[in-house]
Amino acid sequence: MTSGGLPVPGRARPPDHRRESANLADILERVLDKGIVIAGDIKVNLLDIELLTIKIRLLVASVDKAKEMGIDWWEHDPSLSSGKGGLAEENRRLRERIEALEAARPAELEGDGAAAPQRSAERPLRRAARPRAERRSGDDG
Amino acid sequence: MADTVVYVYAVTEAAIAETLDAAAIVGIGGAPVRRVVSGGLAAVVSPVDATRFSEEALRRSLEDLQWLEDIARAHHAVVAAVARSGPVAPVRLATVYLDEANVRALLDDRAAGFAAALDRIRGRTEWGVKAFAARAEGGAEPPAADAARPGTSYLMRRRAERDRAARGHQDAVDAAEAVHREISTVAVASRRYPPQDPRLSGHREEMVLNAAYLVDQVGADALRRLVEDDRAAQSLRMELTGPWAPYSFATLDEP
Repeated sequence: MTSGGLPVPGRARPPDHRRESANLADILERVLDKGIVIAGDIKVNLLDIELLTIKIRLLVASVDKAKEMGIDWWEHDPSLSSGKGGLAEENRRLRERIEALEAARPAELEGDGAAAPQRSAERPLRRAARPRAERRSGDDG
Repeated sequence: MADTVVYVYAVTEAAIAETLDAAAIVGIGGAPVRRVVSGGLAAVVSPVDATRFSEEALRRSLEDLQWLEDIARAHHAVVAAVARSGPVAPVRLATVYLDEANVRALLDDRAAGFAAALDRIRGRTEWGVKAFAARAEGGAEPPAADAARPGTSYLMRRRAERDRAARGHQDAVDAAEAVHREISTVAVASRRYPPQDPRLSGHREEMVLNAAYLVDQVGADALRRLVEDDRAAQSLRMELTGPWAPYSFATLDEP
């Protein structure tokens, strides 16, 4: 009945309701998300970027294959668990963010001319340092 | 041999590491593990290919399920092998150092934290317990259809079904809480994890408990008895995994 890989004393016959061996899901759940977390010399931020990528990839692209392999550990992550709106909510926020950034970008790229009214408002420090000729007309009377 | 870097599997006590037949424990890529000792602590490591374990390569490989499975199983096998000898603090997957001197520096820098973590899990193992809501059987008959008022009787049937399902769910949740409380009394520590979604877990039943428990030998026996206890069987289907190395409990900070 051992599934964690350690020897089990006593008890020869496992009851029916147990799994017989360590499935990949249980192993991944532990080796990826638990254990001592220390920053090695090789920077791999499992939780922030790559792990999330894996989880999303499993979740979105190959749920069937993952299920075949017994992988279901992404559901342990509250941010990805369905039913709580975590991932959907995050996606929505990210989409909004991208739209906002894309909307703001052209104005930024047009430089210091009259097309960037929000820039002087958002960056008062830079604006103060800019030469007078670059300032938006009417900015300071 | 090509350039290698140092993959860290786990930290244990130097005295425990001394008893390991390191050459017989095979790590990633088939390389035998090595001990890196400093003070009273030892890291269990193995050399891995520097090219395959660069930041860039790891970013790609971690998305390769087959690669990930191989690494995860190798990592787990080494941790389990060390755990057979004594207290072990598993290190998270893909923790890699440029050389053994840096690993020794790690052991020195975090010596107190590692020692505390190892003390906490000494002589103890981790068990995973999941409980699923058993399918609701029987219960009150739904109201019979009334031919004269089909709409009303449909709604009443729906409501009765919903109420019965809700009662079944609540019964299962309550039973799971009771099981968790009971197991907690024989455990040194416990960790609750979010239940897995039935649509993705492959189990049709709803998971109502997903927890890990740290127990000593006596506690392990008691835990197994509690999980096998038939009293909960009416509303729950229990699933036990373990014993595991204390992945959920060997943390650097006080849990």
